[in-house]
Amino acid sequence: MLQAIADGILSGSIIALGAIGLTLTMGILRFANFAHAELVTWGAYMALGVLSLTGAFMGPLAPFSFGVPLLMATLVAMVATALLALAIDWLVYRPLRGRANHLTLVFGSFGVSLLVRMVILLLFGGAAQYYSNTLQIAMKVAPGLRIMPDQIFTLGLTAVIVVALHLFLQKTRLGLSMRALAENPELARVNGIDTRHVVRWTWIIGASLAAIAGVLYGLTVQLRPEIGFHLLLPLFAAAILGGVGNVFGAVIGGLIVGLAESISVLFIPAGYKLAVPFMILLLVLYIRPTGIFAGTVGGGKS
Amino acid sequence: MTGFAAYLVFFLIVALTYSIVVMGLNIQWGYTGLFNAGVVGFFAIGAYGTAILVGPDRAHLIGGFGLPFPLAVLGGMALCALAALIVGLATLRLREEYLAIATFGIAISIQLVALNFESLTGGAQGLVGLPRPLFGLFDSPAGYNLFYLGVVAVMAGLVYWALETAVRSPWGRLLKAVREDETAARSLGRNPARVRLEVFVLGCVLMGLAGGLYVGFIGYVSPLDFLPILTFQIWAMLIVGGSGNNRGAIVGAVGVWALWAMSGLAISRFLPVAYQSQGGAIQVILIGLLIVLTLIFRPRGLIGEAESVSKHAD
Repeated sequence: MLQAIADGILSGSIIALGAIGLTLTMGILRFANFAHAELVTWGAYMALGVLSLTGAFMGPLAPFSFGVPLLMATLVAMVATALLALAIDWLVYRPLRGRANHLTLVFGSFGVSLLVRMVILLLFGGAAQYYSNTLQIAMKVAPGLRIMPDQIFTLGLTAVIVVALHLFLQKTRLGLSMRALAENPELARVNGIDTRHVVRWTWIIGASLAAIAGVLYGLTVQLRPEIGFHLLLPLFAAAILGGVGNVFGAVIGGLIVGLAESISVLFIPAGYKLAVPFMILLLVLYIRPTGIFAGTVGGGKS
Repeated sequence: MTGFAAYLVFFLIVALTYSIVVMGLNIQWGYTGLFNAGVVGFFAIGAYGTAILVGPDRAHLIGGFGLPFPLAVLGGMALCALAALIVGLATLRLREEYLAIATFGIAISIQLVALNFESLTGGAQGLVGLPRPLFGLFDSPAGYNLFYLGVVAVMAGLVYWALETAVRSPWGRLLKAVREDETAARSLGRNPARVRLEVFVLGCVLMGLAGGLYVGFIGYVSPLDFLPILTFQIWAMLIVGGSGNNRGAIVGAVGVWALWAMSGLAISRFLPVAYQSQGGAIQVILIGLLIVLTLIFRPRGLIGEAESVSKHAD
């Protein structure tokens, strides 16, 4: 049980990072981006690509399994993922914005998700890969509870990012513009907020966080082209559970989904684990469609 | 029959089966603007439902009711309606996106049930040796396939006729009204959420019908026939043919399925052996490009929706 809770918090924190980006795009750009989870996969593989191209393994920073190269590769992956998100926005979403049926955007992102996944499959192959082959010994923290140093790193990094993002949204001018646009697009525009600027930064922030989530997933689980496909439902469940547009809610939502997934394995066959986020999603939609915390968009028709 | 003619019959049976799925999606997306991201899930429910009801009794399996084929298909369709109600009731009064997300979720969940609930679905092996309707009356498989092509063609024709009648009725005009201007529809005393639910369930039931027909033809079900890519293929068929038009749905189904078959053939013929494993990815990329490019450059598709202008205009 203890182990399940620890694992749940870990996978929950990765889901949370992905869900933050998703909830921002859903809140500010106002559409459900089916391709968001593919940004997670893209980020993970970009870091792998940088690692294998440079091949510079300077030795791990004990006690972690990775060293400076992976940290550098993560930074490159964040940039590469942000560029992909901006390119997709410019090539696909921009021409579709303003169509009468705004679901056309959802449809477009649905097609894009397939394209990104298949390009990754073409570039990197379908087999599972790892950043490092060094085996990491799990530390015995308590009776029946083993944790790897990488997992503690993942948790710590998530916490730091969430606090930083919170300060960014509360204190900076750009953060304020983003919240304003999510809250009331017309009013924000009337007040002279440059919508395109905010949209651009929403993509950059969401994609960067997705890339970090991807690297952390690759670090603690493994790299597969299907990462995004399997993460999409947990991400949506977390974002909606936490209230669409609500960053803090997405974090709590992510942790709840992660915990529910890993605890469920104690009671139902592990094969059904992926259906748990769907059950959570249905429950939220039936009982409290606005999510636990009020989102900026809410569950009602917009 | 020569090899090519036999293949053509086989090809048309599958394409026309898919055309029923596309028409189901068309009434949802083309006429009413509902985004169903889990088409394959409903197709699979119809197929598995039919398989479980029609299959012979087997000791290690739940089900095996040995029902007559038409009854089994109706049962599969009823299961589809139930699944559609569960998803629809949760989402159709909310933002439109939520239906898309929930349908995506149910497709994943159905896939998990098909793979893991072995005593019901046969797991990864699937259910094999299912009776094919009236198979005993034919001397050769080729003759039977020709007969089955007739069955599927008649069913597709019936669905086409029924949908054309429905969308020309007052109810059909209501669908477009709800899609175009929900507030106006509500102000005329209509209930948009209810209309959406009716359309969503109807479309999913048609997908279930197609699933049942598919099982009747191939005589087994396995999870491999219900991969997520099918959802994308069906969407490509709809958008290429032109959503909002049932003729377009049929043209798109046959056209895109032909493109898929030919691209597969071309890849196996011309791609060097070393790259064959990537060939599948290239084929799927073609489907993705077809969707995205049609959406951007020719949203009306090949045929597209006929303009409807009120006779009271001008």
